[in-house]
Amino acid sequence: MWDSFGFEFVNYYFVPGLVLGCIYALGAIGITLTFGILRFANFAHGEIMMTGAFLTWTFLELSKLIFGFYFHPLIACIPSIFIAIAIALSVDRFFYKPFRDSPTIMIVMASFGMMLIIRSLVQVIWGPNQITFVKGIAKPNGILRDLSGSFDMMLLVPSKHIFIILGTVIIMLAFNYMLTKTRIGKAMRAVSDSPDLAKVTGIDVEQVIRATWYVGGFCAVMAGVFMAMDTQFIMSTMGFRMLLPMFAAAILGGIGRPFGAVLGGLVIGFAEELSAYPWFGNGPLLSPGYKSGVAFSILVLMLIFRPSGILKGRVF
Amino acid sequence: MDALIGYFLYFLSLLSVGGIYALLALGLNVNWGFAGLFNAGIAGFAAVGAYTFSLLTTAESTFHYGGLGLPVVIGEIAAFLIAGIIAAVIGIICIRLRADYLAIATIGIAEIIKLIFKNEAELTNGPRGISKIPRTWEHFSEARYFSSQPLSWFGDSQSWQAFFDSLVNWWWQPLFAMTILFFVFVVYIMLEKARLSPWGRMMTAIRENEVAARAAGKNVTKRRVEAFIIGTMIMGLAGALLAQHLRFIEPTHTFDPSKMTFLVWVMLIAGGSGNNRGAIFGAFLIWFVWSASELFLNGFIDIIGNIFNGMDISMLKNRSGYLRMLLIGLVLQFVLQKYPKGILPERRPAASGE
Amino acid sequence: MTSQSEIMNVSNLFAGYGETEILHGINLNVNDGEIVCVIGPNGAGKSTVLKAILGQINIRDGSINLADQDIVNTPTTEIIKKGISYVPQTNNVFVSLTVEENLEMGAWVNPEYTQKKLIEMYELFPDLSEKRKQPAGSLSGGQRQMVAMAKALMVNAKILLLDEPTAGLSPKYRSEIFSTIKTINNNGVPILMVEQNAKQALGVSDRGYILVDGANRHTGSGIDLINDKEVARMFLGSRE
Repeated sequence: MWDSFGFEFVNYYFVPGLVLGCIYALGAIGITLTFGILRFANFAHGEIMMTGAFLTWTFLELSKLIFGFYFHPLIACIPSIFIAIAIALSVDRFFYKPFRDSPTIMIVMASFGMMLIIRSLVQVIWGPNQITFVKGIAKPNGILRDLSGSFDMMLLVPSKHIFIILGTVIIMLAFNYMLTKTRIGKAMRAVSDSPDLAKVTGIDVEQVIRATWYVGGFCAVMAGVFMAMDTQFIMSTMGFRMLLPMFAAAILGGIGRPFGAVLGGLVIGFAEELSAYPWFGNGPLLSPGYKSGVAFSILVLMLIFRPSGILKGRVF
Repeated sequence: MDALIGYFLYFLSLLSVGGIYALLALGLNVNWGFAGLFNAGIAGFAAVGAYTFSLLTTAESTFHYGGLGLPVVIGEIAAFLIAGIIAAVIGIICIRLRADYLAIATIGIAEIIKLIFKNEAELTNGPRGISKIPRTWEHFSEARYFSSQPLSWFGDSQSWQAFFDSLVNWWWQPLFAMTILFFVFVVYIMLEKARLSPWGRMMTAIRENEVAARAAGKNVTKRRVEAFIIGTMIMGLAGALLAQHLRFIEPTHTFDPSKMTFLVWVMLIAGGSGNNRGAIFGAFLIWFVWSASELFLNGFIDIIGNIFNGMDISMLKNRSGYLRMLLIGLVLQFVLQKYPKGILPERRPAASGE
Repeated sequence: MTSQSEIMNVSNLFAGYGETEILHGINLNVNDGEIVCVIGPNGAGKSTVLKAILGQINIRDGSINLADQDIVNTPTTEIIKKGISYVPQTNNVFVSLTVEENLEMGAWVNPEYTQKKLIEMYELFPDLSEKRKQPAGSLSGGQRQMVAMAKALMVNAKILLLDEPTAGLSPKYRSEIFSTIKTINNNGVPILMVEQNAKQALGVSDRGYILVDGANRHTGSGIDLINDKEVARMFLGSRE
């Protein structure tokens, strides 16, 4: 059973689906937080992810230049996180804050504009071409292969994927702790429920908004770095490419429900990868050219039939 | 003299493309200015119009079904109508979505449309695109046109060939530009009529106070779908004209939402949203700024290259396009914060009708 | 000038939303230890008075003093910090947060007293103690109102503003709420409440103000107003 179906399915479809799902989940968290607390769809979110990846690449190259060897991306990403959060806070201060009390459309337009501005800035600085993030072919992790092999279920999973999956789980646990056990996390949930009530309760909404950009920015950079580790290259269009699946994940899970976003991300990740599996007969279920259409279609269908999502988030 | 002609032709091309964008902006104005619909799928609808036109009017191809070689006018009408049909389907299902949800949905739908054009190569020639698209006026000088009716009534192939050879090679440009401006003019007049009509005033009422309009018994949803369809049909027409201007379209880069959709939004916001004149003004203004900035930036880079002899300026020139996009993005932010109503403010129709 | 035991003084208040003026020269005050209610027909501007005190609307003229300090044009978060607690009419609990988390949020401006205040509140509202881990959105209307009031009391409130606390509640819960209000007041918190249930409200109040069309109409002690014939004709006839 494992040899005929399991091996191929798990190693070439399921695990990649899980990895992609983790990446989308992390990105979708930022989107659903912004949607819930700031009440708008942030079109510039993908660009923060992309910028995080590019900054990390720069620090990787710097580490080679200065120290003679490449750091691990998960080390090089640390300064990127600080810079990306600083960018997110500045963007909020200069381009979003003026529209706090305006109709939503103004801030959505502004975020549209930020999407272009950030992407163009990256293209001016780093150029429009694809850049290799990590060289070489990722070999399956030996320990896991031998361990699973001893159970007759050989798992061929490259180390980068193990990092991504474990990293996402750790971030999720930390995030859950923050939301349920810390004061600022509870305040974030409170503002997400009702900003007006939060104000008259005396909660400092601007402080909560800053916390949102911290958390959202962090998750975005991690998602971007994980994506770069997975595909092993980065390009300036990767932000927009990921944006729609992340919107789909956030809406699928229910706006303002961070764990819905995680669930949504996993569903979309699996759906994209598993759509290429030859479920019936010889050919893939969906031709590979339409893979990116899977997320779009789920998105449009959700918006039409169940905009409140699986976990019943807010519908505006 | 040649330089003068050069400037003249450059100016004509500015008018042509500016006019195409003006049509896109007018269409968007029907969606946004009349009905408050955030349509972020402009690039997709323009693509529908462009592909419809191209598939109907190009010569028969061995790679895909069609082209059908039909007359350009038929192609333009078809682009207009097919875009409307697609919009009707989308509009009916999406119309109730709130502003940013509608934006997400329309972007998603535009991407799906482009994916279909990319993948269904039998219909559309896939990523290789469609080339040799006939350009109004210039197409007369192609063999397949002057050797068939109606041109064949006035002379045989050889005399036509000789005639066209005798013209300057840019003879068709003023005519093409005028055709586009003619379309802009006609669409503008019709939209102004619509704005002042009972339908238009109802749209204004709905936009200002939807609750009151519903309470007064107006079928708000139906009006919105109508506005969505009409605006999108205009975008389809603009797409057909764009196809003619470029003579070559393909599914991924020609209809880049970052450039097309975004630029048209900047044009409408800067020019004056809710406002047909503002749409046209914004389109030409931003297009001129966009094109002129290319000249300025390149000239500036040349100067830098001259000052720092031997510096490789090709990389700078390469990236200047992105710098321009950055500047346009900043222009949008500036306009949004300081002039949210745009440069040409809306003139409201007086109660008695002007 | 406020007198010794006066907590709040609203004087000659003109206020409204944007261009529209709703309040045309309102006067009222609340003394230490009092329950004061504001009643009147729909549209009289009762809730608007509370919103003005909180700094949520445009104040054109007049003064609002909290213990000798004019708080007009102070931002809402500052006003809350100064000790004005507010329970809105609707949307007054965080529905996805548990009862206990709601109370914790109530203590935001004075977090160091949270644990002490929690113990106090659970004593005052034993029902809530049972349900402390339940999401506030799953409670009944009356219980939610309790959560809302407890939440507002998590800080050392100098005065508690209640906006129609019994709106939409069944008669059983109404009586419970009014008796809770009395208990809170007995614990030393002055209360300014806006109410639609005029008779019951006046019944627990020390004094009342009657507002009509954004201006003062009557004022007097609770009992006097209940017995006033004109007031009875205006409001109390159709009630209960």
